[in-house]
Amino acid sequence: MESKKGIIFTGAVIGILAVILVRFGNPVNMGICIACFIRDTTGALGLHRADVVQYIRPEIIGIVLGAFLMAFAKKEFDVRGGSSPFIRFILGFVVMIGALMFLGCPLRMVLRLGGGDLNALFGLAGFAAGIIVGIIFLKSGFSLKRTYKLSKLEGYLFPMFNVVLLILLLTAPAFIFFSKKGPGSLHAPIWIALAVGLIVGVLVQRTRLCMVGGIRDAILFKDTYLILGFISIIVFASLGNLYFGFYKLGFTGQSIAHVDGLWNFLGMALAGWGSVLLGGCPLRQLILAAEGNVDSVITILGMSAGAAFAHNFSLAASAQGPSPNGKIAVLIGFVLLLIIAYFNQEKDVKASVQGGVKIGAN
Amino acid sequence: MAQIDTRGMSCPQPVLMTKKALEVNSTEITVLVDSKTAKSNVERYLNLTGYTVNTVELDGDANTFEISAKK
Repeated sequence: MESKKGIIFTGAVIGILAVILVRFGNPVNMGICIACFIRDTTGALGLHRADVVQYIRPEIIGIVLGAFLMAFAKKEFDVRGGSSPFIRFILGFVVMIGALMFLGCPLRMVLRLGGGDLNALFGLAGFAAGIIVGIIFLKSGFSLKRTYKLSKLEGYLFPMFNVVLLILLLTAPAFIFFSKKGPGSLHAPIWIALAVGLIVGVLVQRTRLCMVGGIRDAILFKDTYLILGFISIIVFASLGNLYFGFYKLGFTGQSIAHVDGLWNFLGMALAGWGSVLLGGCPLRQLILAAEGNVDSVITILGMSAGAAFAHNFSLAASAQGPSPNGKIAVLIGFVLLLIIAYFNQEKDVKASVQGGVKIGAN
Repeated sequence: MAQIDTRGMSCPQPVLMTKKALEVNSTEITVLVDSKTAKSNVERYLNLTGYTVNTVELDGDANTFEISAKK
C-alpha cells in the first residue's frame, strides 16, 4: 500500500466516500471532518452545551477501530508515550481553536475545496504558511523528545473508549445530548457512517496519509508521496460532488463556512503550524492513537478540551463569521505556539555528528 | 560513518535527523528506527537522494530496524 498508487487510491476512496456520506445525510462538504466530529462527540457527552453541534460521530469510532484492527493484524500496534504529553495536549487544544475559526480540520479544508468552496483557498494559503513556519522551527532543531514503551493496557484503553462511545450512540441514554437542529442533527445512518470510518481507518493506517505531512514533506524533503493523497482527495471529492449535484463554486452561501478571508487564513495557519509541531494532522493523530501512541491520545483529549472551550466561551466561528472572542483566542494560540516552538529547540545535531560519532543516542 | 538513533522520535524527525547527518558525512550512514512508518520514510528519503539502502530487522522487536545506506 505504501506506493504512489496506494496513496492515490486512498485519497480517491476518501474523497468519494465523504461525498456519499453527504448524500446519506451528513452536512455538505462535511462527509468527514476530524475536528468537527471530535467537537460534536465532545458536545454529545455534555462537555459543551452548544445544542446544534452534539452527536457521537460514528466516523471517528470507525476510523479508530479500523486503524486499531489493521495495526494489530500487521503487528504494528506498539504502545508508547511520554514525548512532551502536556505540550501535546496544548498543541491539540490550539489546533482545535484554529480549526473552529476556519470551520474544519485540514481534511475538511480539502473536502471544501472539492466542493467548490473558494473560502477554503484562504484556508489552504494559511495552512501552507503555518506549515512553513513550523518547518523553520523543525530545521532549527524543534523536537518534542522521545517516546518510551508503556504497558499494553495503556494502548488498549483508547480503542476501548471508542467501543464505549459506540454503545452510548446505539443505546442513546438520556444523559447523552443529540442535536435536534443544526449540523449535529445532520448525519448519515449509523452503520453507513461506521463502515466508512472503518474503511478510512484501515486505508489511512496502511498508507500513513496525512494532510499536514503532504505539504511538509514536499517542502522539506522534496518528497511528493503524501501530497499525492491530498491532491487525490480534492480531485475525487470534486468528481463526486459534481456527480451528486453538491458542487457549488464560489464564496458565498457555502455550507458551514464564512467568507472572512483573513480569519480563514489565520485559523488554518494556526492549525497548520500546530499540526507540524505535533508531527501530523488531526486525522493522523487519530490513527496514531489507535496504533497505541498515547501521546496522540493526549493530543485528541487536548482537541476535545479545545472544542469544549471554543463552544463554552464563544470562540468558534459560525456561518456569520468569526466571533470577537475567537479572534483573541486565535491570537493567543499563535503566542502559545511561538513559546512552545522556541523553547523546544535542541542544539543543532550537526555539531554532534562531526567526526562520525554517534548522535541521538541517550 | 555516521550512526544515528531515531528510536522514539515522531514524524518527521527520523528523516530530518538523517538529512542533517548526511549534510556532515554524505557517503555512508546507519539509521536506527523503531516503527515501520519511520522505516519507510527514511528508506524513501535515502532512495530519493540516490543511496543504496539495506535494511535489517533487529531481533527481539518486530518494529526495530537498522537501515544502512551508501552512495
